[in-house]
Amino acid sequence: MYEELKRDSDIVILGEDIGNRGGVFLATDGFIDEFGAQRIIDTPLAESSIAGIALGAALNGIRPIAEIQFADFIWPAINQIVGEASKVHYGTFGQLNAPIVIRTPFGGGVKGGLYHSQSIEVIFSHTPGLKVVIPSTPYDAKGLLKSAIRDDNPVIFLEHKHTYRSVKGEVPNTNYTIPIGKADVKIKGDDLTIISYGLMVRYCIEVAISMKTQGINLEVIDLRTLRPLDVTTLVESVKKTGKCLVVQEDTQAYGIGAEVASCIADLAFEYLDGPVKRLSGPEVPPMPFSPSLEDEFMLNEEKIETAVKALLDY
Amino acid sequence: MNIKESHLTKDQHLHVYKLMISCRAIDKRVWMLNRQGKAAIVASAQGHESAQIASAFALEIGKDVFFTYYRDLGVLISLGLSFIDILQGFTAKSGEPMSGSRQFPTHGAIPDKKLINLSNVVGTQIPQAVGAALSAKIKGTDDIVIVYFGDGASSAGDCHEGMNFASIHKLPIIFFCENNGFAISVPLNQQMANDNVASRAQGYGFPGITIDGNDVNLVYETTKLAAIRARNGEGPTLIETKTNRFLPHTSDDDHSRYRNLDELSNKEDPIEIYKMFLIDNKLLTNDMDETLISQINQEVDSATEYVESLPYPNIDTFYSHIYKTDE
Repeated sequence: MYEELKRDSDIVILGEDIGNRGGVFLATDGFIDEFGAQRIIDTPLAESSIAGIALGAALNGIRPIAEIQFADFIWPAINQIVGEASKVHYGTFGQLNAPIVIRTPFGGGVKGGLYHSQSIEVIFSHTPGLKVVIPSTPYDAKGLLKSAIRDDNPVIFLEHKHTYRSVKGEVPNTNYTIPIGKADVKIKGDDLTIISYGLMVRYCIEVAISMKTQGINLEVIDLRTLRPLDVTTLVESVKKTGKCLVVQEDTQAYGIGAEVASCIADLAFEYLDGPVKRLSGPEVPPMPFSPSLEDEFMLNEEKIETAVKALLDY
Repeated sequence: MNIKESHLTKDQHLHVYKLMISCRAIDKRVWMLNRQGKAAIVASAQGHESAQIASAFALEIGKDVFFTYYRDLGVLISLGLSFIDILQGFTAKSGEPMSGSRQFPTHGAIPDKKLINLSNVVGTQIPQAVGAALSAKIKGTDDIVIVYFGDGASSAGDCHEGMNFASIHKLPIIFFCENNGFAISVPLNQQMANDNVASRAQGYGFPGITIDGNDVNLVYETTKLAAIRARNGEGPTLIETKTNRFLPHTSDDDHSRYRNLDELSNKEDPIEIYKMFLIDNKLLTNDMDETLISQINQEVDSATEYVESLPYPNIDTFYSHIYKTDE
């Protein structure tokens, strides 16, 4: 974001605590000193208007990045994002567009309880007119965020809060972008395709590394973008492996895995040697607070490996 | 009021009057088209013309940004939409300028006129307008923003969030509430405990004023003052016009179910009031008025004939403009 703010003076950031505090996760640390209070705006505690004001500003010459402090608080803003922003271009027959980025930390495993742990990607992924981006590594996060900021459409940029600390990686200082709409094969393999996103990608990679020592070669695909979904990459992989497991932290019913599974069943049917399986969070409000309860909810490497083995055995 | 006290010139008065007559004429026409099955949904501006047109006239058209809502036919006329443009919207024909007939009539945008009306979800336009004003302030232009809404919208959370933010940052915006006393059927005393909407502005730290929406001169002057405040960096103003909705909420509503129609028929017509003012001040005669009305009706007729001959939008653009791309 820092590089983009320097590059383009029309970019403005708004959100709660993003100014003097630098953001509760320090995403905008130091920005207000560098760019000033006119471009780095601490908003009142009012999520609907954070999104609505960002939208209106984008219609009149600014490129806003709006932060919703925790994805669990995004629900009041759904009207302005899904109801309004997504339809700006279509509803004006292409005359207006809304170049906004909505960033928000989502996901659990951080002792966040029911209101600091939610996965909220499904409703945005379902919406024509929005793009939904969800990096799992620091390298991908930078490239995708730059693309999101430069995109002339509303982009929802989801950051798994657990990965802020738990996932480390090299990030070049160069001005690179990663295209929105391209999944990434993080590990190549022939035996089974695992498709995932967010924190779960890290666990799937660990499982793949571990199972390689057992002579099993998993192909791990990181979706990186949920809308538009890179179905081509997914189908190519399943054509090779014949088996597919989708791993998502979110609850199962009507989730991202449902869409992925459906696309693969439709487009790679003749190549499948077994049903497309989904490993997901349980059908319980995500996610209860106490460690024993949270551990029961969260997926982990052991649960993923069990699911992989079951599908390999099919 | 004496013409000398008014801040409009003779030509400006006649221009405003013509806009009001035009608005009434096209409004009646689209109601008729609805009853003929040719216009699926109509929300009338009858009774609101003075509030809408006099306020729009006080701003700089083509420079200031207008966020409207579904009843603002008078504002659209003021911004220069033609009878053809308006009829295309209500009959959902091809070439409709605001949304390509993808939206309800009066919704969409015309960027050249800085006209934006994204949706008919009530009140969502208020934070959006505040955002547009934020942009104007950051970019250092002296454009201001006006956002129109009704008494019902003033209850929406978005209205309060928007006003609060605009006040904190002293944004160049006019909040313009056309209070006709009804949100569909819900009367004002069930919409709020306050006697008026304008007093809410004080809660957010900026001035609010309630005025008679039927008084063209008063609406014009009040809006002009609010515009000067905004352009000088003094921040927002809430203008509430008391006005009357002569017809049901929309063509799908039956207001005999909840309104005293005798009482309604006794309400004053802003067009009659303004006509009397013009005649009293020798700016208009009955003959001039008849000629003007006849001319406008003819224009409405020929516009209707033309638009009725137009096709519906071609489906070859059905998937266009979902996303903005570089192509």
